[in-house]
Amino acid sequence: MTAMTTPDLAGPGGHHDVSEARKLAMWAFLGSEVLLFGSLITTFLLYRTRVGDGPSAAEIFDIPFTSISSFILLMSSLTMVLGHHSWERKDWRQMRVWLLATAGLGMIFLAGQVFEFTEFVHEGLTVSTSPFGSAFFVLTGFHGLHVAVGVMMLMATAIMGFTGKLREDGGMNVGLVGLYWHFVDVVWIVIFTVVYLLAV
Amino acid sequence: MATLTPQAPSPASTAAPGRGGIWEWITTTDHKKIGILYGFSSILFFVVGGVEALFIRLQLAVPNGEILSADAYNQMFTMHATTMVFLVVMPIASAFANYFLPLQLGARDVAFPRLNAFSYWLYLAGALFLTVSFFVGGGADGGWFGYAPLSTQVTEVVRMDYWSLGLQVLGVASIASSVNFITTVLTMRAPGMTLMRMPVFSWMVFIISFLLLFSLPMVTVGLIQVFLDRNIGTLFFDAANGGDPVLWQHLFWLFGHPEVYVLILPAMGIVSEVLPTFARKPLFGRSFVIFSGIAIGFMGFGVWAHHMFTSGLGPVAEAAFALTTMFIAVPTGVKIFNWLGTIWGGSLELNTPMLFSLGFIFLFVIGGLSGVTHSIVPADSQQHDSYYVVAHFHYVLFGGAIFGIFSGIYYWFPKVFGKLLNERIGKVNFWLMFIGMNLTFAPMHVLGLNGMPRRTYRYAEGLGLDVWNLVATIGSLVLALGIAVFLYNGWRTFRKGEVAGPDPWDARTLEWTTSSPPPEHNFDRIPVVHHEDDFWHQKYTTDEEGRAVAIPADLRPVVAEGPDEDIHLPSPSYHPALAGLGIFVMLLGLVYVPWGLIAVGVGGIGFLWGMFGWSLEPLVRGDH
Repeated sequence: MTAMTTPDLAGPGGHHDVSEARKLAMWAFLGSEVLLFGSLITTFLLYRTRVGDGPSAAEIFDIPFTSISSFILLMSSLTMVLGHHSWERKDWRQMRVWLLATAGLGMIFLAGQVFEFTEFVHEGLTVSTSPFGSAFFVLTGFHGLHVAVGVMMLMATAIMGFTGKLREDGGMNVGLVGLYWHFVDVVWIVIFTVVYLLAV
Repeated sequence: MATLTPQAPSPASTAAPGRGGIWEWITTTDHKKIGILYGFSSILFFVVGGVEALFIRLQLAVPNGEILSADAYNQMFTMHATTMVFLVVMPIASAFANYFLPLQLGARDVAFPRLNAFSYWLYLAGALFLTVSFFVGGGADGGWFGYAPLSTQVTEVVRMDYWSLGLQVLGVASIASSVNFITTVLTMRAPGMTLMRMPVFSWMVFIISFLLLFSLPMVTVGLIQVFLDRNIGTLFFDAANGGDPVLWQHLFWLFGHPEVYVLILPAMGIVSEVLPTFARKPLFGRSFVIFSGIAIGFMGFGVWAHHMFTSGLGPVAEAAFALTTMFIAVPTGVKIFNWLGTIWGGSLELNTPMLFSLGFIFLFVIGGLSGVTHSIVPADSQQHDSYYVVAHFHYVLFGGAIFGIFSGIYYWFPKVFGKLLNERIGKVNFWLMFIGMNLTFAPMHVLGLNGMPRRTYRYAEGLGLDVWNLVATIGSLVLALGIAVFLYNGWRTFRKGEVAGPDPWDARTLEWTTSSPPPEHNFDRIPVVHHEDDFWHQKYTTDEEGRAVAIPADLRPVVAEGPDEDIHLPSPSYHPALAGLGIFVMLLGLVYVPWGLIAVGVGGIGFLWGMFGWSLEPLVRGDH
């Protein structure tokens, strides 16, 4: 680590490879997020069979539907990679296309989640039906919130790309958004496995 | 403002114009000013938390105390602990870290100056939010650990809403500054400053940043669950409907135990700086101190359930956690021996910072040993929730953390403000605090073992508790007098303190190579580091027998000729403060749903405005 970080410190002024520092900070933040989702998933595992009088996981989950929306979210990682790739090649037009495509897929996933939540409420599962309901909605809701924040960042980055305000040392860049987006996708793989597939 | 040219006059005069305006403090992105803001805020809350403690002690001075009602007493002990942990000890460590981490690493600022400012404003928002609850229906009253279902009971008052939201925001502020400090350590060190050459205080900041980064999210989840249980009817901790209150205890202590190391490690770092300076010897077994700090960091995540020995975890879990608790005393004990080895045979200079550091060792050992007694499960079942526990953690938190912090204040005050705190008043301050602290907390061991429970607002006459309670109350007044002397010392020093000069203590680390107070850009030239304790090696060499020999001033290596050509300092920005204000308004709104949703909207707009403005403006204005 020392060998890696020390040589680039020689420049004057104390502002060294800014985008490397930002990437490192994003990794640290994502490390923190792992514990956040870890706690939420642990809560869910504790409560997944405590359904009280309400519907159980097996009764209510629609695995084919959720599989499709999971697939859509995973595909958004692919478009994100393509967007990142064109960002590195400085192909701004393609970058905007792929970023907006990623945001679009994210929004489709969110729409699927809204639909799913609505269905569940109609079938009698709400946050106050059972501890299972509380844990399910809060865990997947938190993940949905993260996707929504990601969509906002993608849109903002794409729009900044249109207006020419996107700079390498700016507050947000495609590399950072990409890291965050892939992380949110990976968390979904865990949630889909632990919450949906294990339950049925 | 942002760019200094080589023609710029000496650092002292570039800093002079325009200082002191309130707007300048609100928009500052200078790590030193942010450090000072953290410092003054935490001293302010130290007084608030101290007054709360005095109320508690006055109430308990005699049997059947009449000063506080049961309700007011609950608020006092909850807010006393919450204030001291989250609004005093953590931010004052952050004050030192902000001010001295870049200076000790030989950097011009932290990695993300505006994120740093945002952390401070978020801290202030959370702190004010917690404190205003006193004026709108009462302060939090469910204990600082907020055990469910006590904290999830829905009553007409919204005290625990204030508590859960306030702590979440303070948590986000700490996560942001942890990310910042970690990145600073990994990318901003001066050339030659390898990780193992980093000063021990910087090391401890690095370690607690990881502790906070990985422990805070867990309690954040718990706090969110408490808030949702209270406000939208989730059943996380509702035992009647299948929820499990013990889950809260796990989530809280998974954070809470790393947290106690977050509170003590900065003090250990300070002591590891002060002892070598005033014993005139290098820190004994320096790498051992660092590695035992790292060991504490890892093991700190594996002992949380010793706070829950009476929750019915079963013998296997209890035995396991009893063992890990005993093990974690080992790296802590290693450090004690390292400090003793440092002062052994040194030529000690017993001034105020040194006295506080020695007091730290003495008191922390007492608190540490009573802590080990908690690891024995049958004994702990007796001590649990008694005043014995109160005695234990005040020895480590007051005798440990606060004494370490005071040592740091006396040690670094001349660097921050350019003036030395008065020595004679400082010694009075130390002895009043030392005697007061022991008078207050030593009797609590006896009280606890005699069966006095925590968090009861009254005790009956004739239970054998009268004498020691009175002694403890007298002790707390002595302690308060000591703090008053300290405040007087600070005030007096601002008016007519002795000018310190860059290196009043003949110290060892890089922050003493620059002027006091340091110029805005810290160092005219970024230093190049060749040794541990590099500054000492610039001033001294050793003879054949290993004794230190001072290098005459004219023979010392010439470090620099004039400042670096192109110094970029972060420009001031009001966006972090605006985002913090937005969060404050949002929090207030969240407590008073549905009407508060308007405030949530307004605050949200302020927050987003701050965030977007921040990401769109260049860090150094005029650069592009």
